[in-house]
Amino acid sequence: MFDLDATTLARLQFALNISFHILFPAITIGLAWLLLYFRVRFTTTRNEAWEYAYYFWVKIFALTFALGVVTGVTMSFQFGTNWPGFIERAGNISGPLLGYEVLTAFFIEATFLAIMLFGKDRVSNRVHLVAAALVALGTTMSAFWILSLNSWMQTPQGHEIVDGKFYAVDWFAVIFNPSFPYRLAHMTTASLLTAAFLIAGVSAGRMIRRVDGPATALVLKTGVYLAALLAPMQVLIGDMHGLNTLEHQPAKIAAIEAVWETDRGVPFTLLGWPDEERRETHFAIEIPRGSSLILTHDPNGEVRGLDEFAGRHPPVAVVFFSFRIMVGIGLLMIAVSWSAAWALRRGGVPGPLVMRALSVMTFAGWVATLAGWITTEVGRQPWIVYEALSVAEVVAPHPAGKVAGTLIAYTVLYAFLLASYILTLRYMGTKPAKSLRMLGPLPAPLVSER
Amino acid sequence: MDAILPLVFLAIMGLSLVLYVILDGYDLGIGLLLPLASNDEKDTMIAAIGPFWDANETWLVLGVGVLLIAFPAAHALVLTSLYIPVTVMLFGLILRGVSFDFRVKAATHQKRMWNRAFAGGSLIASVAQGWMLGSYITGLAPSPVNIAFSVLIAATMPALYVVLGAGWLLLKTEGELFDKALAWGRRAMPFMGLAMLAISISTPLVSETIRKAWFSLPNFIGLLPIPLATLVAFGAVYWVLHRRYVALAGYAWIVLGGTVLMCVMAGLGLAYSLYPYIVLDRLTIWEAAAAPSSLKFVFVGVAIVLPFTIAYTIFVYRIFHGKATSLSYGQQD
Repeated sequence: MFDLDATTLARLQFALNISFHILFPAITIGLAWLLLYFRVRFTTTRNEAWEYAYYFWVKIFALTFALGVVTGVTMSFQFGTNWPGFIERAGNISGPLLGYEVLTAFFIEATFLAIMLFGKDRVSNRVHLVAAALVALGTTMSAFWILSLNSWMQTPQGHEIVDGKFYAVDWFAVIFNPSFPYRLAHMTTASLLTAAFLIAGVSAGRMIRRVDGPATALVLKTGVYLAALLAPMQVLIGDMHGLNTLEHQPAKIAAIEAVWETDRGVPFTLLGWPDEERRETHFAIEIPRGSSLILTHDPNGEVRGLDEFAGRHPPVAVVFFSFRIMVGIGLLMIAVSWSAAWALRRGGVPGPLVMRALSVMTFAGWVATLAGWITTEVGRQPWIVYEALSVAEVVAPHPAGKVAGTLIAYTVLYAFLLASYILTLRYMGTKPAKSLRMLGPLPAPLVSER
Repeated sequence: MDAILPLVFLAIMGLSLVLYVILDGYDLGIGLLLPLASNDEKDTMIAAIGPFWDANETWLVLGVGVLLIAFPAAHALVLTSLYIPVTVMLFGLILRGVSFDFRVKAATHQKRMWNRAFAGGSLIASVAQGWMLGSYITGLAPSPVNIAFSVLIAATMPALYVVLGAGWLLLKTEGELFDKALAWGRRAMPFMGLAMLAISISTPLVSETIRKAWFSLPNFIGLLPIPLATLVAFGAVYWVLHRRYVALAGYAWIVLGGTVLMCVMAGLGLAYSLYPYIVLDRLTIWEAAAAPSSLKFVFVGVAIVLPFTIAYTIFVYRIFHGKATSLSYGQQD
């Protein structure tokens, strides 16, 4: 099963890098808009608590962004070091989309973030506001282009293949390929949810430890309401995305649902242990006719099974479990955010149990986002461009030992960085706030960070 | 149009990479110099690059991006051949990038660790970049001579970055740190000079293509401005670094300016040496180029966006001009 050849190692390495990378954009895409919201609220209400919230979170944004940048630089190289065949053969499509990402997003984000961080004494509030808006726009533009490319790899169109190379025929069709609108909506919502749970979770932690400052309650409220609004929406968007996948990548859906044979009135397997060798699911807990109902909106509808895709469907167990983790966290998010919103609505503070749950779920968005990406990316296997180019065809001819060595080094480095990131956030989140500042105007000469 | 577009993209890639070497060069250089400074000076040095380093590093992404967009065949060949140095460089860049942000936020006792990681990461990245440059110039063919050449460039690349870093500090700092920057620049200069001399002498020896491109008669005279400008710039930088009163009289910018000029000349010289190849003796620009339809599609974006990018980069450099004070992120929580 674990045949660690160079292709598997290259995939593991790429998976590790891109999984580690996505953690940070998953926060910054959403958090950038929240920062803009804090800034706008400060500008319109002149309530300094909003500015306080802004400066607390912009620091966390900067740290998260830096991790996103450096791991993103790694990505730009790893397309070539790990998948040279993909660049050689599909470079005419992937190159321009990545190029537009660099041009329309990276420079805007990196440059204007400097104004958000250091511009307080140097620019007017109006310029500051514009900078915050541009950074938010930049992060979203970045998501737009990279998701367009990813979606094209999932549901390619608008190209022709001549001598094994891809050529764009219709750029509009390439960019707005069938799965792109759903993936963009799903991912930006996921990012907003991740950021919402992050700010709510850190704020809840501060309130539990009684180190909260004047802005903590406001931030908690913002996070909880946003989460309560978006979590159910995400279920709807996810369902639409799933139906789109059924249309274009039926093998992926068959693996997610562990439907081994095409049938009518197929049950939905809530939990179980898919066994690919015996082609059956052990210990299955099923909802009768559930899959048919979800996928065809008809209890007797026909669902295509894995038998139709023998030899070219993804590994079943990985996709099966990652999908259920994603959905499970999504449902948990609805429960917790609604409980918290209910308490806030009634004018109180959420009870200790809900506060504890919010604090525990600080990074819940990460788990759900990663599980979702594993579902969709592993679900695309064995293709790099769906049904047009296989992963095995494009892998670099490095000896396995070389890839294994760098893989181990990356794993160690990333484990260290992840631990440092979480510990630093914890440190910042548990430092007592200097709420004295709320008594007077903000100090003019800024306190340096020592 | 179809034949010219690859050249246009080559120019854009060259511009990005030269800008990268200059811009990330000064902040890498400051990373290299960090262990030599006192704790307070460390904060000032970090503050001097705080608003800029993110965007500086983005030029590398654009350079590699253009290589991918416009010359996919070269992208695949170069990055597969340079697998190990690229990975090492990425480790360095990751370490220094995150250390930068961690060091101001982490608890005080961890600051020393992040300072070391910042300096160490800067060193790893600069050495790896030198190694990559050396391998690239020699056509990615690892013969013993070529490896020796790569080692030479890897060992001297940090000197260039140190001079750039010192030049930046001269603009952004005053007092004791200003004097230290002068001293650091003075010490790194000979190594940088040696490196440039060694590269100029050994490049034509290592590669016959480059020898022919430079040392045939009408060419040589036409190309003379490149080495001459480099010599003049080197002399000017040397002169200012050795005369404190000149530096204090408002001419400190010559150190950075002169070094930048040397980088630009080196970039031009390299471009001339390699032309018409994108990987020396192996792959020409047109062999490696992407499909015209793809190049046209990106060119529209580049033509519209890049001027804006350069404009707002200048705008932000203007906002943060002048001497750096200690890093301040707005109010502290």
